[in-house]
Amino acid sequence: MRVFAELTRSEFRLLRREPMQLFWIFVFPSLLVVILGCVPPFREPNPDLGGRRVIDLYVAIAIILTLASLALQVAPMALATYRERGVLRRLATTPARPGALLGAQLVMSLLTAIGSVILLLLVGRLAFGVALPRQVAGFAVAFLATAGAAFALGLFVAAVAPGGKAANTIGTLIFFPLMFFAGLWTPREVFPQVLRRIADLTPLGAGERALQDAMSGQWPAWGSLTVLVAYMLVFGLAAARLFRWE
Amino acid sequence: MTVITVDHLQKRYGDTVAVRDVSFTVERGEIFGVLGPNGAGKTTTVESIAGLRTPDGGTISVLDRDPRDPQLRRLVGVQLQESRLAEKMTAGEALALYSAFYPEPADWRRLADELGLGGTLTTRYGKLSGGQKQRLSIALALIGNPAIAILDELTTGLDPQARRDTWELVESVRDRGVTVLLVTHFMEEAERLCDRVALIDAGAVVALDTPGGLVARVSAEQRIRFRPSVPLDDGVLTGLAEVREVRRHGTQIEVIGEGNVLHAVTAALAVHRIIANELRVEQATLDDAFVRLTGRAITGEQS
Repeated sequence: MRVFAELTRSEFRLLRREPMQLFWIFVFPSLLVVILGCVPPFREPNPDLGGRRVIDLYVAIAIILTLASLALQVAPMALATYRERGVLRRLATTPARPGALLGAQLVMSLLTAIGSVILLLLVGRLAFGVALPRQVAGFAVAFLATAGAAFALGLFVAAVAPGGKAANTIGTLIFFPLMFFAGLWTPREVFPQVLRRIADLTPLGAGERALQDAMSGQWPAWGSLTVLVAYMLVFGLAAARLFRWE
Repeated sequence: MTVITVDHLQKRYGDTVAVRDVSFTVERGEIFGVLGPNGAGKTTTVESIAGLRTPDGGTISVLDRDPRDPQLRRLVGVQLQESRLAEKMTAGEALALYSAFYPEPADWRRLADELGLGGTLTTRYGKLSGGQKQRLSIALALIGNPAIAILDELTTGLDPQARRDTWELVESVRDRGVTVLLVTHFMEEAERLCDRVALIDAGAVVALDTPGGLVARVSAEQRIRFRPSVPLDDGVLTGLAEVREVRRHGTQIEVIGEGNVLHAVTAALAVHRIIANELRVEQATLDDAFVRLTGRAITGEQS
């Protein structure tokens, strides 16, 4: 347990030394909410969105963005780089297990994501009066399920990518389409019917829907949660089977 | 007391045979060298000993345990050939982190001082020099107070001065009572450091001896060069039992012979009152031993 705590601490310290990653994880999602919130029409109730405001939707979208950055870009690159540099193999010769470093990286990412989510909720609430999640348990479940699906995908990328650079490239390539379905450019709520159906089957689209439900006080749709758990299981197991330690 | 036993080790990767037949034992407290050209199977051999690879054939025992025994992870310190740390982790952070892995670690600050890393503790790994990275790698291999240290291609890529410093370091490791298994393809390094050497070529041990013993095997032949003070008839030398051949290079004479040829030649010259000017005896080095032994191994295989 002490080894795991030390590894996690070390992962936090290394993340602190990556200003670009910190920007994308902490600053950019909140900045996005602030910029959109500064557009007056986005602060007006919109009948197309069931009376909600655009800014109300973007807090959840920004949370997805944070998770996607961490899970699809930061984590795969970090893990594939560890393998590429022989760090995992080196750990295999010590009483610590290489799996512990992988776990420490994921715990660090998850805690970082939670920090960013708190910041986003506060910015939304204090600057633009976006209501805090009314369905707290549902919000936590939706967040964890989305994180699980996203990190399983990220681990899968780390498992199949030959090195850190490749992992980053693959992660970025899937980041954009998945974020599109999560509504980063156009909220899912204004998607045409067909596109919305597709989005509901993608990991980040399903995550966005589940979070949006919880933000507005409903329990997340079971369909969304099922999709998320399916991604988590399929890609998590595939990653566990395919992951090469050297 | 034997701490490592390797018995008829075999390992292949697909169709490629990395290790065909390697056997040796390492005794407590010695520096044992695994010497051979690149691709000879050295790294596969030591990685099998470190428990990183599963042999296809043969047995390995380390401190009377299977190399995969988790207990060995605290008793064997490993420095891997292709292993780096995170670029932005400082040397001190790496030492502190790795010391947390072991139940009874060495005092990492003192270890760092002893290895000349005292001034680099706050330097990030990416900014360390090649020599400093190797020192750190050795420090990490020693941080758990191991009984055995496996050091793979320690001085590859280092400048001559850093290489010599590293050699002193390896000797100091042995002086702490740690048994050292050293992998190298530098003859000079093996000659200088190792108590015994296993010469590996094409996946098999071709010779196992002290560096001096290996050299002696091939240095049955000796070459002596000198310039005689007065012209000399070849017959004076060719008549000697120890002399096999006499060659002339201008005024210089080269005598090739065996056994105590130097004594025989100087005695014969003294009888004829000839002084050997610019007398030079060419001694075989481990380099010569290697060329001869691996050459012989290949012909031996064909017969």
